[in-house]
Formats: sequence, structure tokens, C-alpha cells
Amino acid sequence: MTATERPPAVTAQVQAPPDGVRPFWRGRKHILDLDDWQPGEIVQVLDTAIAMKQILARPVKKVPTLRGKTIVTAFYESSTRTRISFEVAAKVMSADAVNMTASTSSATKGESLRDTVHTLRAIGADIIVMRHPQSGAPWVVAEQVGASIINGGDGWHAHPTQALLDLYTMRERLGRIKGLQVTILGDVLHSRVARSNIWGLSLMGADVTVCGPPTLLPRDWVTAPERLPWKLRVEERIEPALEGADVVMALRLQSERQHSGLIPSVREYCKLYALNSERLAMANPGALVMHPGPMNEGVEIAPDVAHGVQSVIEEQVTNGVAIRMALLYLLSGGTARLDGE
Amino acid sequence: MSEQGTATSRRSLMSAEEIRRALSRMAHEIVERNGGIEHVVLVGIHTRGVPLARRIARLISEFEERPVTVGGLDVTFYRDDHQSRVKLPAGPSDMPFDVEGRAVVLVDDVLYTGRSVRAAMDALRDYGRPRMIQLAVLIDRGHRELPIRADYVGKNVPTARAEVVEVKVSEVDGRDEVVLDKPAG
Repeated sequence: MTATERPPAVTAQVQAPPDGVRPFWRGRKHILDLDDWQPGEIVQVLDTAIAMKQILARPVKKVPTLRGKTIVTAFYESSTRTRISFEVAAKVMSADAVNMTASTSSATKGESLRDTVHTLRAIGADIIVMRHPQSGAPWVVAEQVGASIINGGDGWHAHPTQALLDLYTMRERLGRIKGLQVTILGDVLHSRVARSNIWGLSLMGADVTVCGPPTLLPRDWVTAPERLPWKLRVEERIEPALEGADVVMALRLQSERQHSGLIPSVREYCKLYALNSERLAMANPGALVMHPGPMNEGVEIAPDVAHGVQSVIEEQVTNGVAIRMALLYLLSGGTARLDGE
Repeated sequence: MSEQGTATSRRSLMSAEEIRRALSRMAHEIVERNGGIEHVVLVGIHTRGVPLARRIARLISEFEERPVTVGGLDVTFYRDDHQSRVKLPAGPSDMPFDVEGRAVVLVDDVLYTGRSVRAAMDALRDYGRPRMIQLAVLIDRGHRELPIRADYVGKNVPTARAEVVEVKVSEVDGRDEVVLDKPAG
């Protein structure tokens, strides 16, 4: 490449931001949910993740930024993607990553969540990434310990880092988030991924439709949508929900809840709500297929769609590492004041 | 560079024409020192080092009549003071070439504490092992905190720590100028 034919790389910084929102960071201590975020903060995380993704593409995937920091993943529920991607993110940034799995910890001896977290802090954890089956658990912990808390999923409530990686994937593939038609499909009732995504997408100006069997939609979303904090379209039939969609996000049918009588049978669910190629054809041409994982292929999503050309499900996982690097970096201090070079 | 609301007095240090002449001289010095440009790559440090590196590369390619390799490096994640700085979104690094065995000329707008340059040298190491690293800066304002010096300097400017040197380049700021801001009082 020569000096004359290369486009100047800096112009990317002076161009107008894609969604008309300027990046902004106010120095948060915790990442709990997106419900109190401003659009500029989301843009800051997404922009930072671009640089992080570039580091992941290099032969030497290591930067010294978080040297000497200790990051503990404390998981009270099973996880592959979230836990491993936080560990990889921490290691690429040169932090020390330690994993605590509840099933092999003193939690099984009856230690309370609070005591466990105080112990993790006393051991020297700077950032604690936690997943817990109870909604709100990370908030309780955040009030009590000095460490930064990142919510890696709490009950049915929130999964902010998943929502951020989904927003990143949409913006990278489609160039913007504002104005996108996003359809979230399936077991919305039990889905923290859906709730955090709805917050993030609404803040960024996307139009969100949720669709699923009436028993798997939160009741008040159907009966009193005007009382929700977001503008949301709720559909019980899949055809109108998919029409005009730019993004279709299938959710896992949470098998642990399948026996509670909310759906007649998996086969029935599959017949009415599975994302297969005929149904995907109702969405916009080139619509993105997303899934937070883990997938039940053949249940909520057909294998040929999950691995088809429109699927970005694997990219979501890669982008998850970049987003988590960005969050760890942004939590590591820094001011909100511009004080020059 | 900051746009502070407080009353400051501004003094112009370099005009667009003076910047052009300084870069032209530095371009010649780089060629002379390296005995040609064959094994040399220019790497600008984000943000304003990148357009300056491109301009020097363009000047060299004009009078040497051969293409010059040029890249850009964002050193945010290599800084030792990132915890006390504003979290601006880091720019992309742009290093589509092998630095192994080549002479790398780092280009930055202002040399001050030397910390950006140290971070850039660490960042470069993750791309390979250059044969040599040199440093070109438009302004050297003193107050080094590390044992670092520039090989090519556009202009030496004695400053006080409280003063701010602002380099404006047309690619980023819409105009070329170097100004010195003195805080009031």
C-alpha cells in the first residue's frame, strides 16, 4: 500500500456517528442492566469494542491494559459462552481471571451470596462477573462490596452484556440500529436476554416486536402495553411478527420450564413458532438471524436456518469477547473530564 | 487537546505554511538518515500523528518517486495512565504490513512526557520486531518523564507545564495551525 492510494484512516473519527448519537462515558462502577443507560454510553461501548475486535484479529492477541487486575467470574447457574468469553476477554487484556463455580464452592456448604462475595473481594477481586438464578442478586451485591459488579445474567431479569453484543452485531452488519425492525421470537416470558435487548434497542431507536405463545409472553405486556416503559409490538402469531423484520432473534425454549404446562408440547410449539426457512422468507431479504445460545436446534430454530447464510450466531459469540473487553476496560477507571493530551 | 472554558491567552506557534515547510524538511531528513526509503515504514500515532505521517509519506514518495508504506497506531490500551484519563473511544489501528526487520518511524504531533511514545513502542512490539524505531514529532515541548528523545523535530518550543500546545491539522480539525494556550493569571 502506498501513501497515495490509502484512504486516510482518521476520517472514521470525524464522520457523523451512525445512529446520530455521540459516544459518552460517565465512569460507571457496575454494569447491572441497560435500563438506566443513555444512548451515548451504549455507543461508547460499541465503539470501544471495534478496537477490541481488531486486537482479537491480530497474531498477538494481548494488550497490557489491565495488568495487575483480578477478575472473578462467580456463576451460580451454568454457562459456556458468557463465562468463557469473560475469561478470554480478561486474559487478552492481561488481567488475571479466576473462575468460581457455585456447584464446587462453599455455596454448597450453605455460605450466603453476600459472604461469598465479601470473600471474593477480600481475596482481591477488582471486578466480579456474576450470574445468579435470582433476579436482582447483582444489585444487592453491588451495594455491599467495593468491587465492580457485572451482571452476567440474573433470573428472568437482565443480561446486559448479551444485549450489548447483540447491538454490536446488528450495527456491524447493518450499519445502524436506529429504525431497524427487530423481532424477538419465542420464550419471552423467561428471557433476560429479551428484556435487556428491549432496553438497549429502544434506547437506540429500533422498533421491537416480541412474538410467542400467549403463555410465554409476560401477561401485562399483552394486557397493558401502554404501561410499559418502551414502545413494543406484541404478536401472538408469527407471520405478522416476521413481516418486514431486519433482525430475527430466536430465543431458547427453556427446557427446564417445558414441563410446567405453559405449552402443550414441544412438537406443538415447534409447529407454530419454530424459525424455519419458510418463515424466515417472510422477513426482509437478508434479515439477520440471531440466537443468544445455547440453541435447541429443531425446536425454536431449524438447523438449516441456524447455520444458514443469514445466521450471525457464531459472530455473536466472537463479538461477545470484544464487548466484554470493552466493558472491562471502561470499568477500570478514567474520568468524565477532558483534560487534553 | 482540550477546549477549556476558562480565559486563556492564545499565541500562534506555527502557521500552515510553516507546518508544510517543517514536514518537508523532516521528510528529507528521514530519507537522508536512512539512506533511502526502501526498508522504512512510517507509523502515525492516533489521532493527529496519523495525518502527519501520511503527509510526510506523500512528500517522500514525491521526491523519491516510489511508494512509501504508512500505517496508524492507536496506543490507548498500552498507556500506563489509562486509569486516570478520559475514556475516549479508541481509534482503530491500521498496520497492514510486516514491521519485522524494518526501520519504523513513529510520527506524533507533540512530544511532551514521552508516555505516548513509550506506549507506541510497546504496541509495535506486538506486531513484530522492527530493526530500528525512530521518532518524528512536529512539536517538542519538553518536560519528558521518560528517557525518550525525537530523531526528527519540526519545532522545539519551550513551554510551562500549565500551558497547552494544540496542533490542528486540516484532516481532523479543518485547518493547519499550532497554537499555545496560556492559562490566565
